Amino acid sequence: MVIARRLFLALLCSLWLVAPALAQSGTVILSTTTSTQDSGLLDTLVPLFERKTGLSVKTISVGTGQALALAARGEADVVLVHAPALERKYVEEGKMQNRRLVMYNDFVIIGPADDAAKIKGLPKAVDALKRIAETQSRFVSRGDKSGTHLLEQALWKQAGIEPKGASYIESGQGMGQTLGIANDRRAYTISDRATWLAFQKRIDLPILVEKDKPLLNIYSVMEVNPANGPRINVAGGKAFADFMVAPETQAVIKTFGVDKYGQPLFVPIAGKSDADVQ
Amino acid sequence: MGQGIVQAVRLLLAGDPEVWSVTWLSLRISATATLLSLAVGIPLGTTLALSRFTGRGVVISLVNTGMGLPPVVVGLFVTIVLWRNGALGFLELLYTPTAMILAQLVIAAPIVIGLTLAAIQQIPDKFRLQLLALGASRSQMVWTLLKEARLPMLAAVMAGFGAVISEVGASLMVGGNLKGSTRVLTTATVLETSKGNFDIAIALSLILLALMFLVNWALTWIQQRRAA
Repeated sequence: MVIARRLFLALLCSLWLVAPALAQSGTVILSTTTSTQDSGLLDTLVPLFERKTGLSVKTISVGTGQALALAARGEADVVLVHAPALERKYVEEGKMQNRRLVMYNDFVIIGPADDAAKIKGLPKAVDALKRIAETQSRFVSRGDKSGTHLLEQALWKQAGIEPKGASYIESGQGMGQTLGIANDRRAYTISDRATWLAFQKRIDLPILVEKDKPLLNIYSVMEVNPANGPRINVAGGKAFADFMVAPETQAVIKTFGVDKYGQPLFVPIAGKSDADVQ
Repeated sequence: MGQGIVQAVRLLLAGDPEVWSVTWLSLRISATATLLSLAVGIPLGTTLALSRFTGRGVVISLVNTGMGLPPVVVGLFVTIVLWRNGALGFLELLYTPTAMILAQLVIAAPIVIGLTLAAIQQIPDKFRLQLLALGASRSQMVWTLLKEARLPMLAAVMAGFGAVISEVGASLMVGGNLKGSTRVLTTATVLETSKGNFDIAIALSLILLALMFLVNWALTWIQQRRAA
């Protein structure tokens, strides 16, 4: 009988965990990219939002491709991602609505200091990729449908090159791990500046190409079409989207990262259009 | 590595509230999942050990396969079921500790069933017949068998707990690694590694290992004390 009593106790214990999970109204599911989470920006912004609205946010941080796919299935209420072309496609299909720009930073092409492909200082990112391909230098791709990967694919397409072969390494992992692999294999790669800054102590891959227009990394927020599925928190999603473009939030974004990296990681651009920025 | 150990000790001694809450949550979720898997697994394993029916071999093979269920596969299927669009979507359990307990239960239950089955079966058949011959009722007989098998059964508890506290794939998928609510030691380790905070990742790993050791030490103590 001792066992029966213990089992009963065990079941009681488990109820203690189940109970709070049953009441979930007032929860907003945000699907977003790993960079917003890894840079620490959301750790700063989400508590501000929660205090302001009393809503609680569940941040699911995955690659941009997956973040949008989840939202299109109605598994999220709002998305914050960085792949303008793909975003516009989802808006045209009616899966997402009310796309608004939030901020940008930029991508950089980095690689070993000895720079075998001689790309240092090239003004055009596309030319850099061409030289990397011509010299068959090693290049590490995210290979995970993330915003960074989509940008990389767009650049290859512009260069008219289909990257393949032993020198083209697909990591299938996040930016941090990919930087580690590139460092280890003495390879070139493309990174967002925020993650590259965060990894300065671990890697020895200087910036070789930067500040080209196509390297802009634009983040926008979009609300999920309530028709995508049941139980979508429409009001909560809209509240979070509004919060991201509100002046007070934009002011926080403007200075975020200065204390840690000596420079801001993002430039706020709420209210602007793609044409203004690019 | 040395730096990681120093960092781990510092994080624990400083009483870093986040590290403590992550550790406590890991223990809470995995212990609950293990207890539930015992509630499910012991009766099923015992039944399977004592009954004879056609297809029993297939069922046992399935259980044995289940003992090595890949956590990511479990995570994927539990996620699909718990999606808002999924069969149990109305419960709104995805990205909660409860969802993690569910996934871990699915991982641990076959281990407990399989090891219970083995534990009961290693008792000679004659012992069982003798009990019945001495006038024991069926439930008394089962109870005595379970008591007889308690040492290997504690091994089942350790194996089940070890499997769920150390898995990361399912917890990451169904929990979402949410700060303060579903972030456990393994998923936090993955996150800190991807952020490049290797010191903290090493510290969390060491805390996980220490936690596993303490739990197994306690269970082993119970096991060996009863053996003596």
